[in-house]
Amino acid sequence: MVDPAKQQDPGGKRQPVPPFPGGEAPETLIGYYRQMALIRRFELTADQMYKRAKIGGYCHLNLGEEASVVGLMAALKPRDYLFTNYRDHGYALARGMEAGAVMAELFGKTTGVSKGRGGSMHLFDTETRMLGGYGIVGGQIPPATGAALALTYRGEPGPEAEAVMCQLGDGTTNIGAFHESLNLAAVWHLPIVYVIINNGLGMATTVKAASGEPELYKRGCSYRIPGERVDGNDVLAVRDAATRALERARMEREPFLLELLSSRLRGHSVVDPARYRSRQDVEEAQEADPVPAFRARLLDSGLLDESGAQQIDTEARKQVEDAVAFADAGPDPTPDQLFDYAYATPVANSPNTLPGEPVTGIPHPAKKEPR
Amino acid sequence: MTAITYRQALNDALRSELLRDENVILLGEEIGLFEGSYKITAGLLTEFGPRRVLDTPIAEEGFVGAAIGAAMLGMRPVVEIMTLNFSLIAIDQIVNHAAKIHGMFGGQSSVPLVIRMPGGGGQQLAATHSQNLEVWYAHIPGLKVVAPSSPADAKALLVAAIRDDDPVIFLENLALYNTQGEVPEGNHVVEIGKASVLKEGRDISVITYSRSTTVALEVARQLESEGIFLEVVDLRSLRPLDRETVCASVRKTGRAVVLEDDWLSYGIGAEISATLMEGAFDYLDAPVRRVAAAEVPLPYAKPLENAALPTAKDLIRVIREQLDATGFTR
Repeated sequence: MVDPAKQQDPGGKRQPVPPFPGGEAPETLIGYYRQMALIRRFELTADQMYKRAKIGGYCHLNLGEEASVVGLMAALKPRDYLFTNYRDHGYALARGMEAGAVMAELFGKTTGVSKGRGGSMHLFDTETRMLGGYGIVGGQIPPATGAALALTYRGEPGPEAEAVMCQLGDGTTNIGAFHESLNLAAVWHLPIVYVIINNGLGMATTVKAASGEPELYKRGCSYRIPGERVDGNDVLAVRDAATRALERARMEREPFLLELLSSRLRGHSVVDPARYRSRQDVEEAQEADPVPAFRARLLDSGLLDESGAQQIDTEARKQVEDAVAFADAGPDPTPDQLFDYAYATPVANSPNTLPGEPVTGIPHPAKKEPR
Repeated sequence: MTAITYRQALNDALRSELLRDENVILLGEEIGLFEGSYKITAGLLTEFGPRRVLDTPIAEEGFVGAAIGAAMLGMRPVVEIMTLNFSLIAIDQIVNHAAKIHGMFGGQSSVPLVIRMPGGGGQQLAATHSQNLEVWYAHIPGLKVVAPSSPADAKALLVAAIRDDDPVIFLENLALYNTQGEVPEGNHVVEIGKASVLKEGRDISVITYSRSTTVALEVARQLESEGIFLEVVDLRSLRPLDRETVCASVRKTGRAVVLEDDWLSYGIGAEISATLMEGAFDYLDAPVRRVAAAEVPLPYAKPLENAALPTAKDLIRVIREQLDATGFTR
């Protein structure tokens, strides 16, 4: 794991990096690094907070996925909708949720983005139209497809049209919900872009071992949904591919399947030491780490000097420290709030008893009266 | 008031809601051109067109999940699953998603979705097409589950379900579609979560729902000529469950039989019995009895199918046993 803030100059051993294409605004590129650095710092801190038992349950980190996250979110417009899987912290941050509210959700506080009801896997924000991280593998795909269906009832196709992006992992391409959803999107001509983050591993199971067609972008063929495979460590390539796919969704109301080749720098979740991975595999992933690579590219291209980069790293650190402080300061939900979101429409006889409480509203023991 | 079939009542409710709210859409297999496997959606494609009445591929998990996502963006989808049995293919989307999204995301999104589907045996459809899986859904917080027994309630509860912001499982029954009943004109809405005492009586409470209600009412008429007065409680809503109405009835009669079409173990009757233990224990003159389906995959052959499903005869026998055991005198 490379902490970009601590990275030393490798003394000329680093591979030369390509210059940025013309027409890229320096501030935009620096902004991408700012977001990647924030996600990296946030995830490293989440890992620490988990180990300090501030975070419970499952916790999956975007470490190694930063360039994909930032590139995708750069392509997605504020009017678009986003559905993701449970590895969702980075998406929430890049989509514009406050780092403090995201960390507060991980801490289970009422100030969390889902009011402490969802935790790490279930970040949700109506404002930024991130309609959920979803903990069940493949669970987000049918609802995302239905969100795209809803869009066809409001507004016409065109450059300003809304679209849906649905992120999923490589292992998810084997589940029925994926195939049923792609078929629906094809026959209903839906404005949706499915994005596969292919980090090569579904927990410990390799793509090769799990997928009859391991070139996952081809899995839309049965539905005549075109696909493209892109280097997920290249933030600009990701952004551009996603922009093209989204444009197709907006203009033509047709789905697209985008596959991003990415690396998982850690285990499946924070508690997984990933002993099943070979040293070579881990080393390759570390060498491909997109965060220091993008930082170096900015330095090499002269868009950023070392002190400027360090300033960004420091700001990210400060932002995450503030997020932790915000999360710590937030109130825990109290038992009297347990049934607050039981139903959206209040209903007669809604069951709202705590364990061991009488269900009939009659004090125990029931007093017998003469009939 | 005019008498119409349960089928027509459902069709009327769908039509009136399609007319009332442009966000209402229908989705399901064969609901358009084919007009529904049981013709509940007859005429609706012709009247409202393919944007409002969507024929789906055979993909229950996909289109139920898609309805959830559409509901999250403000549509009000009414999904038809051809039979309750096929809902098991969609159960991840129903239980892990529709039921969770409002609460798990801190109330930020609601899922105004109705899933209509018929259950029930007795049609010689054999084991996989004859199930009553209501407790699978009635068990799940976040869902509302209704099982109307009459055309009037079918129409009123379907309207209520479509206007509700939560996912509502709307359980129909194959044996009810051709039954007739009077339905009030206009927008008669029944509140979800409330049971109904369909017939008042002093001697024994029969607690039931959906198709079994028609059996209980028939038995009540029959026994009344012998001077035995049944109180028939139609649960209508299985989640939430109107425990107070059930308990109040049994506190009055002192005897209770649950008539249910699901399997006995862990069934609706088990929940009602437990409720009565808390809410009417001291009023009970005899243990609560349950008349439920025999616990086998339902066979195809008619004699075996008949033997497995609860009938009026079974109910009458159990009522008589209850009365005899408690020294009942007319």
